[in-house]
Amino acid sequence: MNTNKNTYTFIYASIVVIIVAFLLAFVSSALRQRQQDNIALDKKKHILASLNIFEKDAASAFDKYITSEQLLNNDGTVASEEKNCAFECGTSDIATKRPLYIAEVNGEKKYIFPLSGQGLWGPISGYIALNSDKNTVYGVDFSHDSETPGLGAEITNRDKFQKPFQGKAVMKDGEVALSVVKNGNVKNPTFEVDGLSGATFTSVGVSKMIQGVLSNYAAFLGSSCEKNCEGKACCEAHAEEHESNN
Amino acid sequence: MNKKNKEAFIAPLGTNNPVTVQVLGICSALAVTAQLKPAIVMGLSVTIIVALSNLVISLLRNTIPNRIRIIIQLVVCAALVTMVSEILKAFAYDVSVQLSVYVGLIITNCILMGRLEAFAMSNGPWESLLDGLGNGLGYAKILVIVAFFRELLGSGCLFGYQVIPQWCYEHGYINNGLMLMPPMALIIVGCIIWWQRYHNKQLQEQ
Repeated sequence: MNTNKNTYTFIYASIVVIIVAFLLAFVSSALRQRQQDNIALDKKKHILASLNIFEKDAASAFDKYITSEQLLNNDGTVASEEKNCAFECGTSDIATKRPLYIAEVNGEKKYIFPLSGQGLWGPISGYIALNSDKNTVYGVDFSHDSETPGLGAEITNRDKFQKPFQGKAVMKDGEVALSVVKNGNVKNPTFEVDGLSGATFTSVGVSKMIQGVLSNYAAFLGSSCEKNCEGKACCEAHAEEHESNN
Repeated sequence: MNKKNKEAFIAPLGTNNPVTVQVLGICSALAVTAQLKPAIVMGLSVTIIVALSNLVISLLRNTIPNRIRIIIQLVVCAALVTMVSEILKAFAYDVSVQLSVYVGLIITNCILMGRLEAFAMSNGPWESLLDGLGNGLGYAKILVIVAFFRELLGSGCLFGYQVIPQWCYEHGYINNGLMLMPPMALIIVGCIIWWQRYHNKQLQEQ
């Protein structure tokens, strides 16, 4: 057979393309449900990781600890309390819908906020859990798409990078003060977390992500402090109390 | 296994190594070798993909029209890579998260096209499969060696576990941050090439 003829080339190319397209479409549609389940399970694992919970069966642990989900309005009031309303939010919805998970761990209420931002090479995301005072960090969890292994990718390292967030304060005078600073430059340990050496851009990305996302919730976060103790002076006293605790 | 088949499998591990002798796949050798774990995963994935695409192209080799052979090769690799990545996402989600961008990078790995064009187009399926496995493993070997030194000297760890004892740091030892940068991978690959040529007379140019 002459494989150099034009008609043969055309027919051959078409057949190959059709077979490959069919194969890929088949694989993709056959596996889609499984993949989506995996993605949802992985999301639950990350949410639980921000509560420092690492149970094998993430699906049932999620139902056990997460008591309700909310979407908030800009002024901090609840817009929706439907089941799964926060879980179904994509990263692009975080700024507009303000999803929030409410969990109960050992009888204490925790608030979990989904985060999303930019690292050095690509998107980064995460979850931050606050205590019932809406100010003290209970735990965090970060993930990334394509940060440099050994440098920026270390934001997923629990002991090195994520543990130091625990116990930090978030709000100061109604603004988000929690930040990650350049490695070795922590001046105010109440609000500042040491960055990763050699990964300043990724560390700054984490810092911007936390401040950018949490500032959307400012009304909600600020409310507890002002309600409980009437005014700014008391909030500052809160911050000072924090400082002495550290 | 006859002598020729054995040669097809063994040579890429040593005197015909894809990275140090054929100088293919350098780009990914720089990108994924800052730590051992991704290096091993990448090495294994490339081995599987090279072996499978070598096999498929070798089976098709007598029917492929000469003028569009490169495109056909590319379509076969791309289809295999996409399918492997979909299957990983469905059945081994943790591994696919670990691999993230690397799976896509496999398509651009020059070893793949290099072996398809140089070997699979002119040899039988069994030899091609062995050649693919050999080249994949030869590539994985270099990746692991480079990643071993980069992770050990760059972060003081192996597989993420600290191996340089804490008292070394207390006495002033500092991890070499340069080791985590891509240029050091190139320098280590250069050292391996140097060492290999020093020990193999037939690789030395006159």
